[in-house]
Amino acid sequence: MKLALKLAYRNLMGAGLRTWLNVIVLSFSFVIIIWMKGAMTGWDYQAKTDMKNYEIGGGQYWHENYDPYDPLTLTDSHAPIPGEAKNEIDRGEMLAVLVVQGSIFPQGRMQPVIIKGIDPHQNILKLPTGSLDTVPEAIPAFIGTMMANNSRLSVGDYVTMRWRDTHGTFDAAEILITAVFSSDVPAAEAGTIYIPLKKLQQMTLLDNHATILTFRDSDISRPELEGWTLKTSEKLTHQVDEMIRTKSVGQNVLYGILIILAMLAIFDTQVLSIFRRQKEIGTYIALGYTRNEVVGLFTVEGAMHALFAAVLATVYGLPFLLWQAKVGWTMPIDTSEFGMAMAQTLYPIYTVGLVVTTILIVFITTAIVSYIPSRKIAKMNPTEALRGKLQ
Amino acid sequence: MEIIRIKNLTKRFPMGKGEFTALRDINLEFGTGEFAGLIGPSGSGKTTLLNIVGSLDVPSEGEVFVLGKSIGNLSSREAAQLRKKNMGFIFQSYNLLQVHTVFENVEFPLLLLKYNATERKKMVMDALEWVGLTDKEKSKPPQLSGGECQRVAIARAMVKRPSLVLADEPTANLDAKNSHHILQTMEKLNRELKTTFLFATHDDKVINYLHRKIYLLDGRVDNEEIVEHSQIIQS
Ligand SMILES: Nc1ncnc2c1ncn2[C@@H]1O[C@H](COP(=O)(O)OP(=O)(O)OP(=O)(O)O)[C@@H](O)[C@H]1O
Ligand SMILES: [Mg+2]
Repeated sequence: MKLALKLAYRNLMGAGLRTWLNVIVLSFSFVIIIWMKGAMTGWDYQAKTDMKNYEIGGGQYWHENYDPYDPLTLTDSHAPIPGEAKNEIDRGEMLAVLVVQGSIFPQGRMQPVIIKGIDPHQNILKLPTGSLDTVPEAIPAFIGTMMANNSRLSVGDYVTMRWRDTHGTFDAAEILITAVFSSDVPAAEAGTIYIPLKKLQQMTLLDNHATILTFRDSDISRPELEGWTLKTSEKLTHQVDEMIRTKSVGQNVLYGILIILAMLAIFDTQVLSIFRRQKEIGTYIALGYTRNEVVGLFTVEGAMHALFAAVLATVYGLPFLLWQAKVGWTMPIDTSEFGMAMAQTLYPIYTVGLVVTTILIVFITTAIVSYIPSRKIAKMNPTEALRGKLQ
Repeated sequence: MEIIRIKNLTKRFPMGKGEFTALRDINLEFGTGEFAGLIGPSGSGKTTLLNIVGSLDVPSEGEVFVLGKSIGNLSSREAAQLRKKNMGFIFQSYNLLQVHTVFENVEFPLLLLKYNATERKKMVMDALEWVGLTDKEKSKPPQLSGGECQRVAIARAMVKRPSLVLADEPTANLDAKNSHHILQTMEKLNRELKTTFLFATHDDKVINYLHRKIYLLDGRVDNEEIVEHSQIIQS
């Protein structure tokens, strides 16, 4: 094996340009796969982190009727904050949010919105709740960038908001946009207006009511609360994993094509080299190799392309990948239109597992693709090989 | 001591629907230190016989013993072992590894035999000395002349000091001067190392150096001639 490696190394170096073309193609596969997979991991991480920061904290209790996909249920999905939660809320470790349906009238158009009442002094979510801690003549409110763009609202704008109280009576008031935040979390931004919790409770005559209880610490095991459903952060971020998995399918096809292209190059080189190097093969046999050992030699030689490629990929790929991880990969398209949690700039995350599996996959496929044509050597007649007779 | 014994050897090749008989009922013996040649026109079976002796091919009928081993009964591993340890090959077209240096080419058989680096270095330099190419150890075959290439091939065949060297038309691609040079080299090695040389040739230059001439015609031994020592010295 040591000898095969040594010989393979000399032969590959001697083959010059052909070797390097293959190695370059293969190294591209390495770098691109690691880069794009890393971007996916980074996206997954970023989406989850943003979700935790802007929407779900360390996990939530949902009122048992709450269904974020069905706004019509909102009328019934609230209840008095349970006594067990009081303590944590007072300590700032839990955040009560009341969710109510309403509408706003920017430029006279009616636009349905979700109104969320939130404590201005909370620091569990990274929302700019501090901006609600003012007492202007209108109700202070903040919104996300998505919403701001949609309804053409910006900081300092007044807009009329209408809602129903618990008895179904409509009421309306002016709200003042005091902040616009950007989160990359559609669920936190789309069609949502945040106002002080107390204010919303008054407006709806739902004193002390809440729809969602968001807690900071995900590690504590949470008791079941009567009338509330516990949603751990794993459960809530599960959809992100699902989404990434769906997105990865297309990507995997791309890797497949990339690897197939690289493998075609290797395969072609092997077939050609077995055809052209018959005399050399005969010579190896005359010098005391068995045919199977020559098969081994050619397989090692082919597989060594992957080794060279890994080295080359490290040389130019490592700086590139690290640079990408640092500056991120900025999407050429406006990701807020995606309707899913995706930042404009992805910061790839490369895990050891990713690098190791990529190298292993490329290495093993290269070895297989090198072996398949080499098997032909085992059937060669050494005397004909020596004559360089075409077979 | 006997090194090759060929008994009633017949070799047939499949050809079309039938068979072609390349060697018929050959009986020959060679002892240690012979400098012998198979001589004959094209198609007479020289290469075929050399290949069987070299365990690259097998008899169809009869038996061939090389160093006491029956060629027809060797597994491919055993045959490879026999070639690796005891045989050197010299080819008409040199068959050097083009991307390896002269040193590496000559070193190759020693790598197969797992000699250590120091031993290899010494043995390769000795072999290059024999053929007068010590100054070319770092060159690669494409940079060498035909004569030099064949000398490298001789060094490669001899470096492990095999019992038997098989040389198929070693001078076919060389001019007269180079032919004499490599023949003198081989003759010297034959004398000094007692290596048995078996040639296949129709080149008069080679024939004149042989101590034993075996004439093949249509796959049969047609005639045999042993040259007296005094005659060689004269020529
Ligand atoms: N593998 C083979 N299949 C079929 N016929 C073969 C094979 N090898 C050799 N022959 C035939 O056997 C005969 C002897 O061939 P061989 O190569 O031994 O001749 P040679 O004496 O070495 O001739 P040359 O001087 O041209 O090299 C030739 O007629 C050749 O066509
Ligand atoms: Mg021949």
